[in-house]
Amino acid sequence: MTATTERAVGQPIGRIEGPDKVRGAARYAAEFQVGDDLAYAWVVQSPVARGTLRTVVVDPLVEPDDVLAVLWHGNAPRLGPADDPELAVLQSDRISYRGQAVALVVARTLEAARRAAASLQLEIDEEPHDCLLRVDHPSAYEPEKVNPGFPASSALGDVDAALAGAPVTVDVTYSTPALHNSPMEPHATTALWVNDDLVLYDSNQHPPGVAAAVGALFDLPADRVHVITEHVGGGFGSKGTARPNAVLAAMAAKVTGRPVRLALPRQALFSMVGHRTPTIQRVRLGASADGRLTAIDHKAWGQSSRLFEFAEQTAVTTRHMYAAPNRRTGHRLVRLDMPTPRWMRAPGEAPGMVALECAMDELAVALEIDPIELRVRNEPAVEPESGVPFSSRHYLECLRRGAERFGWHDRDSRPRQRREGDWWIGTGVAGATYPAMVQPSTARASRLPSGDYEVSIAATDLGTGARTILTQIAADALEVPVAQVRVRIGDSTLPMASVAGGSSGSASWGWAVTGACRALRSSSASSATFDSSELVAQQEKDGKHAFGAHFAEVRVDAVTGEVRVTRLFGMYAAGRILNPRTARSQFRGGMIMGMGMALHEESVLDPAMGAWVNHDFAEYHIPAHADLESVEAEWLDEQDDQLNPMGSKGIGEIGIVGSPAAILNAVWHATGVRIRDLPARLDKILPYL
Amino acid sequence: MDLVVNGTEHSVELDPRTTLLDALRDHLGLTGAKKGCDHGQCGACTVLLDGRRVNSCLILTVTLSESEITTIEGVDHPVQEKFLEHDGFQCGYCTPGQICSAVGMLDEAAKGWPSAVGDPELTDAEIRERMSGNLCRCGAYPNMVPAIREAAGR
Amino acid sequence: MKTFTYRTADDVSGGLEPGATFLAGGTNLVDLMKLGVATPDVLVDVTRLGLDQIGDLPGGGLRIGAGVRNSDLAADHRVRRDYPVLSQALLAGASGQLRNMATTAGNLLQRTRCRYFMDATMPCNKHAPGSGCPAREGDHRNLAILGASPSCVATHPSDMAVALAALDAEVRISGPAGERTVPVTELHRLPGDAPERDTVLEHGELITAVDLPPLDLAARSAYRKVRDRASYAFAVGSVAAALQVTDGTVRDVRLAFGAVAHKPWRAHRAEEALRGRPATRESFRAAADAELAAAEPLRDNAFKVTLIRNLVGSVLEGLS
Repeated sequence: MTATTERAVGQPIGRIEGPDKVRGAARYAAEFQVGDDLAYAWVVQSPVARGTLRTVVVDPLVEPDDVLAVLWHGNAPRLGPADDPELAVLQSDRISYRGQAVALVVARTLEAARRAAASLQLEIDEEPHDCLLRVDHPSAYEPEKVNPGFPASSALGDVDAALAGAPVTVDVTYSTPALHNSPMEPHATTALWVNDDLVLYDSNQHPPGVAAAVGALFDLPADRVHVITEHVGGGFGSKGTARPNAVLAAMAAKVTGRPVRLALPRQALFSMVGHRTPTIQRVRLGASADGRLTAIDHKAWGQSSRLFEFAEQTAVTTRHMYAAPNRRTGHRLVRLDMPTPRWMRAPGEAPGMVALECAMDELAVALEIDPIELRVRNEPAVEPESGVPFSSRHYLECLRRGAERFGWHDRDSRPRQRREGDWWIGTGVAGATYPAMVQPSTARASRLPSGDYEVSIAATDLGTGARTILTQIAADALEVPVAQVRVRIGDSTLPMASVAGGSSGSASWGWAVTGACRALRSSSASSATFDSSELVAQQEKDGKHAFGAHFAEVRVDAVTGEVRVTRLFGMYAAGRILNPRTARSQFRGGMIMGMGMALHEESVLDPAMGAWVNHDFAEYHIPAHADLESVEAEWLDEQDDQLNPMGSKGIGEIGIVGSPAAILNAVWHATGVRIRDLPARLDKILPYL
Repeated sequence: MDLVVNGTEHSVELDPRTTLLDALRDHLGLTGAKKGCDHGQCGACTVLLDGRRVNSCLILTVTLSESEITTIEGVDHPVQEKFLEHDGFQCGYCTPGQICSAVGMLDEAAKGWPSAVGDPELTDAEIRERMSGNLCRCGAYPNMVPAIREAAGR
Repeated sequence: MKTFTYRTADDVSGGLEPGATFLAGGTNLVDLMKLGVATPDVLVDVTRLGLDQIGDLPGGGLRIGAGVRNSDLAADHRVRRDYPVLSQALLAGASGQLRNMATTAGNLLQRTRCRYFMDATMPCNKHAPGSGCPAREGDHRNLAILGASPSCVATHPSDMAVALAALDAEVRISGPAGERTVPVTELHRLPGDAPERDTVLEHGELITAVDLPPLDLAARSAYRKVRDRASYAFAVGSVAAALQVTDGTVRDVRLAFGAVAHKPWRAHRAEEALRGRPATRESFRAAADAELAAAEPLRDNAFKVTLIRNLVGSVLEGLS
């Protein structure tokens, strides 16, 4: 056996697949060569928001030599029952939103498929639609649960009485627009049938989940659907479950008897694959004159589609963030003739903490207390609603250490005080939090004839660094150098892994990998398998969260209202950091997406057309190189032995939680302009400069 | 038609509608150039055409004759090593375009071409502006800038 | 994308069969063909006509070939020295890659980025005459405040064209009826009741060059663009300006606005209001107001009036 090795976990090891990625050798779902008879599919989307598709008329003169099939509900194969109605593609004449897949053209070439798709005549009985979320919508209702299973409401004490009696109150409404995940790799599937078994090269965050979901539709057990997901060009939640592209490609391959590739066009990502619901949030805070919260009330409105109830947990974070004896959270949902919202990086936390952390800033101003000090005065001893102690909570340390590193102390708390040339300059702070979740997974560790080890788990690496981190975890559990470990992921036939979501990948998969490697080391067998399900089930779920603090410095052009973020800084307490190199990248990536949320990103609704009209990268503005000046992330060395064998908390999402609020609070500090409807575009600021 | 890609001549039969990006990916098996938007709005498809960086998704292949195309598969440049050193990517999907773009950009800067920033030296602000035609949703920008700066020899 | 026949142009005489269109850099045309917004039957490639030179005009000034790539034009030392506003405008547009592809004439002839125009499934009087204009009641934050019509509120997206409008550039056109020259300010139309026509070009007419007349004050000129992110985005508003000040008084001025109208907007009224006035921020803004008095903003784009007024003040102050 190898002598004791230096621990790999905690080392800044470079990404294992990095050399492939910089040479263009890493393969994504639409890039696998699967035979000479590959056909291409192009999806036809509904041009109306609500109605009935009567028929599809095909012009036989368009691409007559190359079109292989035109599928729609009138001729598509019948699918088995779908848990997710969005996957029941081409099964019904109902049109539930603009952009819904209503037909599919399969052709010998991509050009022919696209052209034929554009030429189809859709005969639609259009109906009046309802696409605009508003708080007084007559059909607003309280859902039973909010994602992923929280009660929709919570209450402690008498909020109304406490607010009425509070010497200082804040009553504000914040709204956030619909946002789109927009991974750089559009959703894509290459599908082929091999002897009645289905093979899918698919871009997703959960190969076993995709195998099960697609298998059910085609009446196949999950083990007869082979999902290969070698590399994923980002997902950010939008690839968390199977999407219509996987089902459509499989259907087209079945009908044509050929391998079929369906890569969604960028524009389709703005309707067919999910988005972050727009929110409207009312936050009311009551405080004593010395800045102790007496009441917190957070009510959030969101939307879902006619097809499927997805209720985002917008106000749930407020349940554990600050102490207050009287507290209430609630959610209302409106079902509209719009696409189904889904997970987008920190669903719930990201928009919810905009409202809470901006409201806290407004309260600090009303109280004339430093916003960090206000948070210090309202630090809870235990989770305020569940009463469960925190497994670890170093929120105040993040605020204090972050303040030191950022240079907060000589800040003039008054707004509109610093001017350099045409620029107003200001700083802002906001808290960050994200639950430390873990889900059951299974891994297998094997000895290879070479003396090296192979570790297998059906996980995916969306750019998170999972492949690298699992290698480090396995090396330590096996007590061998990382060079002796090969990690296999990205394949549904490997031992079952949980979804790459909820910032739970490393914790969940790492637990299973640790178990399998330890079992292998303590036995002479050639391989060992470990399933974490029982241990995970026994765990206390409440009280486990990562925390952090975000600081922003902005400058706002007095001539134009343009906002630039000159410095963005995050200080985190997220358990043990498994790989500082990939962790720093993830933290910073989350903060940058938070900057997009604060300043640029907005899916613009035309309620009359029932459509988001800016459905491409020219008009939906994600941050570009030039938007970034200084973005830095640091963390505390946090020990927490109640989490998992690695002592880690997830880090993929916390960067987007609170960073938008820090930027908005800085915009207020720079200009005195309080932006309560995101994003903070120049046209909203300019009139007040 | 004949296409010279990474120094190798290829004979392909193409629909006049086939873009250079689709020709590379679907006909020549060179999948390094990525399709992120297909409309010149993201830069993932960037290749070098006679040494100049271009969006291959907006070029009809039929218009190319006597042109030399370099894709990421044909690039061997210090910027690649620097991307590894600085963790200049996460998901990797924009990476080939970022690297091809950086290679073309460094050449433009060396020729004295100006940018909207207007600094005489290739400062970080210059790098950011000149690289803005390559989007990265993972937000690896802060790692790419030092990688490109060092590849430029600064 | 519809099928088409591809051929290369033999000479600069222009002339096109019905359904044919010229192709150069392709950055806008190929984009619109993929979207089904442009549906040519024939593409005539004009990139091999030798129109890619920048030459000196006999009496001073420059002749810019229609096929000169935007990046080459922006980098040209004569342009940077004598017409900095033009180099700045080019560099403010698009990306390094797109500037390497896009040509002078193609930049002038690029079509609006109105979100309804860019979506073939939407009504739009520009891509489907008579189908209506949803932008007027819908999304128009980045659309026109000047010169719009009930049938169209689109803006012209070019940065370069705004600089050319300020520089009194002339467009050389070759066509079946011979050659003609049109001031760049008269190349683009206002939408009126025929918004499907962007320019005064007749079918088959080919832009061969853009002439920049000698203009001493252009040596002190600048372009300022405002957009929703720091780079790689179309303008929300822009100003091109050239200014000559003697003893604190404006001797001469050129001003043009971008992203406010169906064409690059030459601000003649503002120029008239400024000549002979003191070179102060107050008179700059007053001149802008003289031009913007005609503005008819929509529900969500009134901010552009303030934005342009502020930009005029700021840019001219920077030049004085």
